[in-house]
Amino acid sequence: MKGLLSSFRTRFARPLDAAVVGSLLALLVAVPILNLAVPEGSALHLDTFTVTLLGKYLCYAMLAVAVDLVWGYCGILSLGHGAFFALGGYAMGMYLMRQIGDRGVYGNPLLPDFMVFLDWDALPWYWWGFSSFPFAMAMVVVVPGLLALVFGWFAFRARVNGVYLSIITQALTYALLLAFFRNEMGFGGNNGLTDFKELLGFDLQSDTTRVALFCTTVAILLASYVACLAVVASRFGRVVVAIRDAEDRARFLGYRVEHFKLWIFVASAVLAGIAGALYVPQVGIINPGEFAPLGSIEVVIWVAIGGRGTIFGAIVGAVLVSFAKTWFTGLFPEVWLFVLGGLFVLGTLFLPNGVVGLLGRRAR
Amino acid sequence: MGRPIGRGEEDESGDVLKGPRDRRAQAGGAPRRRAEGQGVRRSRFAPLLFVLLALAAFAEGARAGEIDEALDRLARGSFREKAAAVEQIGESGSPMVPRILSALLDSGIYFAPESGRVYLAAEEGREVRYADAITGEPAPDVDPAGLEKIIVNNRMRTDARATLARIRLGAADADERGAAVRSLMGDRSARTLELLRAAYVDERDRDVRDTLRVAIALSELDDADPDRRIAAIRELAGSLHGEAYNALTALAARSENGEGELVAVHAAARDAIAEIDRKRSVLALVETLFFGLSLGFVLVLAAIGLAITFGVMGVINMAHGELIMLGAYTTWGVQQLLPDAIEASIFIAIPSAFLVAGLVGIVIERCVVRFLYGRPLETLLATFGLSLVLQQAVRTLFSPLNRSVETPAWMSGQWVVNDALSLTYNRIFIIFFSIAVFGALVALLQGTRLGLQIRAVAQNRDMARAMGVRGAWIDAATFGLGSGVAGLAGVALSQLTNVGPNLGQAHIVDSFMVVVFGGVGNLWGTLVAGLGLGIANKFLEPYAGAVLAKIVVLVFIILFIQRRPRGLFPHKGRAAGAF
Repeated sequence: MKGLLSSFRTRFARPLDAAVVGSLLALLVAVPILNLAVPEGSALHLDTFTVTLLGKYLCYAMLAVAVDLVWGYCGILSLGHGAFFALGGYAMGMYLMRQIGDRGVYGNPLLPDFMVFLDWDALPWYWWGFSSFPFAMAMVVVVPGLLALVFGWFAFRARVNGVYLSIITQALTYALLLAFFRNEMGFGGNNGLTDFKELLGFDLQSDTTRVALFCTTVAILLASYVACLAVVASRFGRVVVAIRDAEDRARFLGYRVEHFKLWIFVASAVLAGIAGALYVPQVGIINPGEFAPLGSIEVVIWVAIGGRGTIFGAIVGAVLVSFAKTWFTGLFPEVWLFVLGGLFVLGTLFLPNGVVGLLGRRAR
Repeated sequence: MGRPIGRGEEDESGDVLKGPRDRRAQAGGAPRRRAEGQGVRRSRFAPLLFVLLALAAFAEGARAGEIDEALDRLARGSFREKAAAVEQIGESGSPMVPRILSALLDSGIYFAPESGRVYLAAEEGREVRYADAITGEPAPDVDPAGLEKIIVNNRMRTDARATLARIRLGAADADERGAAVRSLMGDRSARTLELLRAAYVDERDRDVRDTLRVAIALSELDDADPDRRIAAIRELAGSLHGEAYNALTALAARSENGEGELVAVHAAARDAIAEIDRKRSVLALVETLFFGLSLGFVLVLAAIGLAITFGVMGVINMAHGELIMLGAYTTWGVQQLLPDAIEASIFIAIPSAFLVAGLVGIVIERCVVRFLYGRPLETLLATFGLSLVLQQAVRTLFSPLNRSVETPAWMSGQWVVNDALSLTYNRIFIIFFSIAVFGALVALLQGTRLGLQIRAVAQNRDMARAMGVRGAWIDAATFGLGSGVAGLAGVALSQLTNVGPNLGQAHIVDSFMVVVFGGVGNLWGTLVAGLGLGIANKFLEPYAGAVLAKIVVLVFIILFIQRRPRGLFPHKGRAAGAF
């Protein structure tokens, strides 16, 4: 098994990596041309809806990469990565809310609509600074990272492992779900944050902004892809893999296992937060539903289907399953959960290395 | 007890007399007036006599005739005639009297000049429904535009209230008498006081006597004699009636800056209030404890199946919640099959839910889980997939909408301990049911051959197999047992909440928390953890609100696990490191 995996990695990882990088670059060039340059009536025209949909898939892909980083490489099955994604999304959403200014329904220059609705007379302190784009972007990274740091520091130091860790990560996102549903939290309660107008002064509804957002997503995904490859190939990354395969042995060899786990966990959370921040302006809403434990488990199945332990597997899995979801929920909404459930069962039973593993086996 | 006799005679005498005039001639005035006079003094006996006399003498139609006339006077007469009409209605003995008088008190009584009929109006939601005042039959096609409201003055109200209370005070049913006394508590007129005192002399039921004493004391709070007032206050000191508390607070406020004797009254009132507050806070504590226990036992019930599959076998069954859901749907299905036997259906539902969920569990074990032993994370994902499939299957087969399971009559309602504390029967049932399930499981695991084998396989699979235990068979049986218990939890939950496809999901996170908190592989740990979390949740709720209480508990567990990763009661010994 291990032999298979390593031989497969040396022989196929690079070409597949190249393929993924290549297709992402192709998207980066082709999508703006097909959407903006090709006239609307043409058969080659790519409508903005599809561009946004693709952008959404790629945000999911980034989230999947984040989960793969901890699960595929470090053996930490997090069932709560949706929490980091949503926190990043909320940070972006808060910036976008502040950008609305006095164009809300109530026209209040100081407060977002939902606060006016709740009869609040001042902005809560944790909303301060979110009018500034750099500050909001810093928060996109800092908030999920800090949560992961605190949570991971407690968990890994106490050597909470395996399913216990999975269950408490699930509890974490569940607790946040409940908390964000509360109106008193000051994040819009059930409805979340929505009705965004513009980002950095660009109208969010215009095609150009949409395409620009898409291109940003592709670029950041590419960057994180390359960064992850570098991390995984580094000395640090190899220790992380060693921890996944034999934690005790790594510890006895003198590595501070909890530190390695903590840093990879934080890095992954930050990546998930960035994905969330890119996701929100494209879909136009962020609400507590993103914290739902179900969503986080779905991410895990993307990675499992794509092939864990390979970065491109995560991307392929996320895009494939999300595409299938769009297709099925559009045509046969009844069937989708059967398909997803079936994917979970069959995937774990018959495809332990995912679709990518299948490719590797056939090639051998 | 008066009623059945009365009814029997009413039937026999049904055709004796017909015309209203005859009836009036025979029944009017003297004899019945005497009966009424006795009613005041001997409230319990009088109505019996009254009913006997009235019913023996008059037929249904005849009585309707008398009411007919009285109602006519009520509708068209002067105020003086109206007052007499109220009295007459009160004396008529018709079963419609309470309804007519209540409608009168609520100003819900109308007259139709064209037909000469009188209608009673009752609000149901936003609609007003009319009923004929004589027969009590609903009159759906009456035109509200053709109705005149019958004007009622205060004297009539007082009369009506007293008559109504008197009729109710004489009821055969002790609960109804108690309710009548309670309805009189706000009324502190001398007439009512007299009525209450008279009733007290005859009353034999202890609860009603207590209520009567409170009602009398309430009326005596206004007595001119300060000693009497203080005595009344002392009487009310331990009372939990809302009315008593309000009256005492008002009295304390009124006498606050008083002088002389009022100082003593004020002090007594304040003491009495403090006493009531003390009692109430104790009862509130008991109530919270009860809610906590009932929530805790629900948690235990939902988690205990998981404690077996997760704790004993080490299998993460994310479909556990859906097995609970299947149990709940089985309860619903049994009720659909036996619509005439809701009372008994629960006793059929309990074994069926166990079997259905248990069989589904065995199928899951044989088809999926057994290929994944030793790979807990993969098991988690695969069973999660199964949970999605089961949810969607239920959605497709039945409906995405919630189904409501009927609660058997013996389980609905509540046990009213006193005015400040009442415990619902369904929650009491669930507490006992959980204890029974828990006891049965412990007995099974500790006392039977199967239990021995299950524990043996859990401790050391190879050694157990070497001793001749069929490992695979035991795995399936254990999984089936855990799943069956989940089904039982579903039966219990169906009595508390609506049954829907998402029922299981709502409980899965909680169940895992309980198992992990209590210590994996330890049924007693699950019990302690479930009860502890349930009670903690309910005690936090008043301060933090339901949602925040839940969050606090979750965060507590997350922190707790990081301090003690193996839960409250960890497994000790060699098997401890197994997972």
